[in-house]
Amino acid sequence: MVDSKQQWKAWLYLSPAIVLLLVFTVWPIINTVRMAFLEGYSGLEAVGGASFEFGFGNFVKVVKYKKFVDCLKNTMLLCVTTVPISTFLALLIAVALNSIKPLQKILQTIFFLPYVTNSIAIGMVFSAMFNIVGLTPGSLPDTVGIVNNVIEFFGGEAINWINQGSSYTANIAVMIIYIVWNALPFKILVLLGGLQSINKQYYDAAKVDSTPRRRVFTRITVPLLSPMLAYVVITGFIGGFKEYTSIVGIFGEKMGPTGDQGRLNTMVGFIYDALKTDSQGRASAAAMILFGIILVVTLINMQVSKKRVHY
Amino acid sequence: MKVELQNLTKIFPSRNKKANEEVVAVNNFNFTIPDGKLIGLLGPSGCGKSTTLYMISGLQKPTSGKIFFGDDDVTELSTENRGIGLVFQNYALYPHMTVKQNILFPLQNLKGKDKMTKEEMLERANYAAKLVQIDELMDRKPSELSGGQQQRVAIARALVKMPRVLLLDEPLSNLDARLRLQTREEIRRIQRETKITTVFVTHDQEEAMSISDLIVVMKLGVMQQIGEPQEVYDNPTNLFVAKFLGTPPINVFNGRVHDGKIYIGEDAVMDAPGVQDQEVYVGIRPEGFNLDENGPFHCKLSSVEVMGRDVSIVSTNEASINPIIRSIINAENKVDTNQEYVSYSLKPNKIFIFNKENEERIHFEVK
Repeated sequence: MVDSKQQWKAWLYLSPAIVLLLVFTVWPIINTVRMAFLEGYSGLEAVGGASFEFGFGNFVKVVKYKKFVDCLKNTMLLCVTTVPISTFLALLIAVALNSIKPLQKILQTIFFLPYVTNSIAIGMVFSAMFNIVGLTPGSLPDTVGIVNNVIEFFGGEAINWINQGSSYTANIAVMIIYIVWNALPFKILVLLGGLQSINKQYYDAAKVDSTPRRRVFTRITVPLLSPMLAYVVITGFIGGFKEYTSIVGIFGEKMGPTGDQGRLNTMVGFIYDALKTDSQGRASAAAMILFGIILVVTLINMQVSKKRVHY
Repeated sequence: MKVELQNLTKIFPSRNKKANEEVVAVNNFNFTIPDGKLIGLLGPSGCGKSTTLYMISGLQKPTSGKIFFGDDDVTELSTENRGIGLVFQNYALYPHMTVKQNILFPLQNLKGKDKMTKEEMLERANYAAKLVQIDELMDRKPSELSGGQQQRVAIARALVKMPRVLLLDEPLSNLDARLRLQTREEIRRIQRETKITTVFVTHDQEEAMSISDLIVVMKLGVMQQIGEPQEVYDNPTNLFVAKFLGTPPINVFNGRVHDGKIYIGEDAVMDAPGVQDQEVYVGIRPEGFNLDENGPFHCKLSSVEVMGRDVSIVSTNEASINPIIRSIINAENKVDTNQEYVSYSLKPNKIFIFNKENEERIHFEVK
């Protein structure tokens, strides 16, 4: 124990961190709550000396916005599709990586590359891959995107993925592919780490017990990996609800294909939009709603994993 | 099921490729484990006993040599198809399964004609659990069990599918002294009841001697001796085996044979007719001493330890290789602790001589 006379020293050493946390984390959180509950709060007007009444008006406004409902829908859709897909793929890749000895380090590095690459840059590459040009009414478009080239090579018909006039389904499909690909490296890393920490003797024991491979996977690997799987799923959902940059990466700040701006907007996008129009009250209210949703989903996740995660 | 090892050799390649230091873990093993016997592989750590066990299990492939189960050559057979039960040193119970699920697991893997109904499986699992006396703990997780209980679950899991051969890797090393005594009796009992050929690995000679039908003593990958425990103890083939078996350990002296007599220092302690004159190691079991005022062997008395039934006399002799000589004699003999020297006569069957160069036993006729 620290001598009580020495306590000021402890506080002194902690002070840089505490001051920074108070200024840049604690105060903004408190301020967000405050702004959310002040009717029609606006930063500019506040500077001008206006005062605001306490109330729930911001929340009501946010929920009534049709745009907000669309954003919520987009976010939810991306979450519930990408998290399971990317977790499942990451599990398969991690198990495969773990079972091969030669080239393991190289492959590991390759799979980890997206993690260290800027997501806007990746988005631009993806948008180039899914692009088409030369769209003239009444004639077949010339495709330049590599994805469409591949589809046409196999005799398929080029799809308008992200350009003007593209369908919502095509847009979402591109987003899912992009987000899953982007989410894989971290998940593979965590799961591979988990796999490598499983005692090899369990696999020897399974061999002695003549366990078929599939059963080794479902009855031994997955249960022993369940703490890592739970972690990956929970963080995946949290990340999914904050999806924003990936859409900017592909569609730009318009958050949608040309001619249908904001079609793919998300919760975080909605908050940014509100901030841009100097409606900090509305942005704060939306942020709190997002926080509430993430909280609930995480609690559900933890409740489920309590039953499913072993030891 | 009889298990036969023929010229079994395992060489681990050198980790440092330049140094080319191969490790011969098991060197040209030949022995047969008779059907239904309990056999103990005994040796200090690094002698290749676990490697031998894992080769029998198939988890490690021999570099050369063959393994037979009965008349079947199983050398190339994978672990999955050998039909063995293996109890790991750390038990390797699946931590996410209950005791019951752990025991059922091997049965659920059975395919084809061996496939069982749920009821049959439960019956078998319950039988195995009863055999190792853990039927009360079926719904617990391994983390909720004591070391001894986990060990029994591991045995039950290995036994439940009625393996052709049961292998135990240092099964008692994680248990405390009392539990160890109890569990080794239990392994013996279970083996007798099931009559499954059992191989177990240990570095504890007492453990191996007390429960094995046969023991195999190993050193640095080379088999030293195989035989019934008492036979190996009474008739060690070399100094290593003599030193490895027995508590307290054998007393070893620098000695020589001259004119058909064994000398330790200046004392001619025993006749050894027909042995050539040479320098030798003389080994005397602690129980090989008789207190005898007129005895030929003289030692300096250090202390006397009373152990109830016996007395242990600690003495010293310049020729002794160990710092002290320990002899165990009947407590009825009174020892005067004030005297400076103590004299012994020696029991002929408890004294061995070994060649100084190769440490092999030199046999001589006991009168």
